[in-house]
Amino acid sequence: MAVLVIAEHDNRALKSATLNALAAASELKEKGGGEIDCLVAGKDCRGVAESAAKVAGLKRVLLAEDAAYEHILAEDLAPLVVRLAPSYGYLLAPTTTAGKNLMPRVAALLDVMQISDVSAILSLDTFVRPIYAGNALATVQSSDPTKVLTVRGTAFPAVEASGGAAAVEEISATGSAGVSEFLRAELSKSERPELTSARVVISGGRGMQSGENFQLLEKVADRLGAAIGASRAAVDAGFVPNEYQVGQTGKIVAPELYIAVGISGAIQHLAGMKDSKVIVAINKDEEAPIFSVADYGIVGDLFKIMPELDAELARRG
Amino acid sequence: MKALVAVKRVVDFNVKVRVKADKSGVETAGVKMSMNPFDEIGVEEALRLKEKGAVEEVVAVSLGVAQCQETIRTALAMGADRGILVETDAELQPLAVAKLLKAVVLEEKPGLVILGKQAIDDDCNQTGQMLAALLGWPQATFASKLVIADGHAEVTREVDGGLETIRIVLPAILTTDLRLNEPRYASLPNIMKAKRKPIATVTPESLGVDVAPRLKTLKVEEPPKRQGGKKVGSVAELVDKLKNEARVI
Repeated sequence: MAVLVIAEHDNRALKSATLNALAAASELKEKGGGEIDCLVAGKDCRGVAESAAKVAGLKRVLLAEDAAYEHILAEDLAPLVVRLAPSYGYLLAPTTTAGKNLMPRVAALLDVMQISDVSAILSLDTFVRPIYAGNALATVQSSDPTKVLTVRGTAFPAVEASGGAAAVEEISATGSAGVSEFLRAELSKSERPELTSARVVISGGRGMQSGENFQLLEKVADRLGAAIGASRAAVDAGFVPNEYQVGQTGKIVAPELYIAVGISGAIQHLAGMKDSKVIVAINKDEEAPIFSVADYGIVGDLFKIMPELDAELARRG
Repeated sequence: MKALVAVKRVVDFNVKVRVKADKSGVETAGVKMSMNPFDEIGVEEALRLKEKGAVEEVVAVSLGVAQCQETIRTALAMGADRGILVETDAELQPLAVAKLLKAVVLEEKPGLVILGKQAIDDDCNQTGQMLAALLGWPQATFASKLVIADGHAEVTREVDGGLETIRIVLPAILTTDLRLNEPRYASLPNIMKAKRKPIATVTPESLGVDVAPRLKTLKVEEPPKRQGGKKVGSVAELVDKLKNEARVI
């Protein structure tokens, strides 16, 4: 029962979430699953396939190049995955917006249920997944012949991106379904680490009061090499764009250090960050629920505390 | 054009769910139930399309136990024209829901089907994409903006890196994200009016759909509790603890 991992990339570089999905694939292999292949579908993306081939533990990298795959439209990519499916027992993708968009379409075409956002693999057919914003964990057993999984990146530490020497095999494309087209993207350009893979994350909430005030977080983020996130309230208020949102329906993060600033700690937000190793909460309301999950809480005015934190970090170097 | 909106009855988002002692699921007896928040956004979007003249009729569909009627009534009170209940006591998983919705779509022939991007109970995020697959229709998931023109939908989607805009041929599937709109509240007169709007009831059997679950839930447990709650008195103490106790900076 071989495993196929759908690589996530931007036609230039492999995205780190793929390495987490490959870690889940390795667990399946250890538990008795088969060899691991990786599908790189895109436009002019041989470079991505070559870097995927260097990832440890892969047997083959399947490269499908076609203009139709440039923007990973599910209508065009799903038929390719479905064509490959008979050779595999498992189809995996990371729980990213791309994975969430594609994989249920693949699953339905194969007449199987997808197992969403898997956080643990117990055996070849039994998986754990969070439900109700992570307030409960369901253990589910699949009776489907092909198991289609999206996997929670924070639950599977990334495999090494080097040390492997898999073969790159070109495969034919399935072409365009002709029903959808990509028009444009407005992607945030940031020098900061990616939110879901950063070692340190600093998030702001409604307490930040405005988008400009996020500068207070940026200063500290620069010192710690941190990514910046936000609560839904801060995104809804227009302080920062949607891609900053951490929570049940936004991004799930589990950094070494998570600093929540002016965030009260709604269940939906906690769902996105409570698996962080160390949580710091800064909030003026000492009753705020965020303190109940924080390892270190400071009650006080963030507009006073953040500059102090910046200065203290500068002083200690 | 007709718009079909799927509305799911879920545990209200304000309820702190409790896992049952026998680990068979979460406690739903005596718990407040509401329409899935993403589906409310879906109903709102359909109503706005109707108000703009892009849609003539808005049909709300719910699937599950008889009480899902209440969820449909909520949609009718917001302004939907009529409802369809696919009534069953069976556990419905996303693949089965997609198959049932497909049967309803083939009957109703809408130009647009709107669903929430995920339900806040099982957090699956599957049904819209599955329905699109089964119908062979294009899909625009995680929508934050929708423009309908010339038999197409131009949809801006919330993706991991920011926003992406795609153009899809109608008929199509749309799944809603949080920033698509802010759903209206139903007024009292509209709540009264909704009581007289029709709801048709069908069953999986009458639609000829096998809804047998493919996933068996072996157990549902509480996640490990986090030991939080410690406070520090100053920023200097915080930095000291992060450096020397937690060793994360």
